[in-house]
Amino acid sequence: MRIGVLALQGDFIEHIQILRALGVEAVEVRLPAQLRDLAGVILPGGESTTFGKLAVEYGLIEPLREFGKTGKPMWGTCAGMIFLAKEVGRAQPVLGLMDVKVKRNAFGRQVESFEVDLDVPVLGAEPFHAIFIRAPLIESVGEGVRVLARLDDGAIVAAQQGNLLATAFHPELTRDTRWHRYFIAQVKPVA
Amino acid sequence: MAEKAVGTWAVKVGMAQQLKGGVIMDVTNAEQAKIAEEAGACAVMALERVPADIRREGGVARMADPTKIIEIMDAVTIPVMAKARIGHFVEAQVLEALGVDYIDESEVLTPADEEHHIDKHAFRVPFVCGCRNLGEALRRIGEGAAMIRTKGEAGTGNVVEAVRHARAVLGEIRRIQNMRPDEWMHVAKEMGAPYELVKQTAELGRLPVVNFAAGGIATPADAALMMQLGVDGVFVGSGIFKSSDPMRRAKAIVEATTHYNDPEIIARVSRGLGEAMLGLDVRQIPEKELLAVRGW
Repeated sequence: MRIGVLALQGDFIEHIQILRALGVEAVEVRLPAQLRDLAGVILPGGESTTFGKLAVEYGLIEPLREFGKTGKPMWGTCAGMIFLAKEVGRAQPVLGLMDVKVKRNAFGRQVESFEVDLDVPVLGAEPFHAIFIRAPLIESVGEGVRVLARLDDGAIVAAQQGNLLATAFHPELTRDTRWHRYFIAQVKPVA
Repeated sequence: MAEKAVGTWAVKVGMAQQLKGGVIMDVTNAEQAKIAEEAGACAVMALERVPADIRREGGVARMADPTKIIEIMDAVTIPVMAKARIGHFVEAQVLEALGVDYIDESEVLTPADEEHHIDKHAFRVPFVCGCRNLGEALRRIGEGAAMIRTKGEAGTGNVVEAVRHARAVLGEIRRIQNMRPDEWMHVAKEMGAPYELVKQTAELGRLPVVNFAAGGIATPADAALMMQLGVDGVFVGSGIFKSSDPMRRAKAIVEATTHYNDPEIIARVSRGLGEAMLGLDVRQIPEKELLAVRGW
């Protein structure tokens, strides 16, 4: 099983290190040809405007959209979640695959960035310690989107729509690998 | 559910991890900030004058006017950093109150204290600091810097000092990585660096925080050179807005930073960029005018 991590900018190395520690082959994706033979793709944290511009410039938007539409798993963390969303409230290039409305920098600037324990039923009883950095949140979800985690005030911070997974926080910045294992489990064994 | 914790070490360091593989550009007004964002910058650095102008005009260089910083914060959605003078913790308090995303305690401005750097642990906003070698990097991390950059020699358009400082830091890391644990205390004493951070760096084989290059990067190839040497991203100061076509050059530097291992792409983006900033031979600059020797 080989998983690609979009490596235009951001914390892609952290994702790759966790995948490799879990025994999964992980590769950096900067050009469309590098999507070939991948079983899944992770869109990391970083700056979503930077991703968008580089993805347009290097012809990655359509190939990534096609990849998502084939039903192969795709997971966006923070900026990656913005990149995956249908609606982001402003004009910037996104994949528009997942039927969620996202609000960028929803908690304010960096001084408002925070850590918190989240209840995530799909990961088991133990709370997940989540790191939110200038994080977005999901304002609303369309039909067929399952909410996986909320903050105390009800704000949606993790969701899944079939093969598409989105987290507003950064599991790649913690040592708890449950989100990565959850994502890997979505990858169907290649016959 | 537990309480939210803000201003923690993890969110400070994590913020810098989001910037990796990207280009942070110096801007002096909203219009330049928009150009930087449009070109794909992962953050901007708000300041009153770019280093090349500070060098030319002289005088005391201070934190930018808050009006300017707010104007820049309002103009873009990407993170906004701003510079405070070395040791000037009140400038840092002001920048934190304005809500900037990162503070650069910077040798490019005139130092406010020649002995003490800011106690950066005391702030909720994270700090980036310059360094010329591993000891200096670890001293700044010890004081609470959540991100490090090489100093280079700002405002020269000459990459030689950035290369020297990156090689020094990365080379020293390789050296301590090969040491026996019983040699770490001696090297900590030699470098004037906190023992715990020497140990952590030796075990990780890298700095415990993100490490960018800065000071003299002017071309796409300069940016890729620093990336191939092993830094996590680049700051470009005067190199963009002192060139003849800032938008094209900024975009080219962003692309070369992402595709730093692909010479064909670097060759393509380097074509027809117009004039780079003029640049200075660092050996011709009088010792007292060097910026990198500020701070210790």
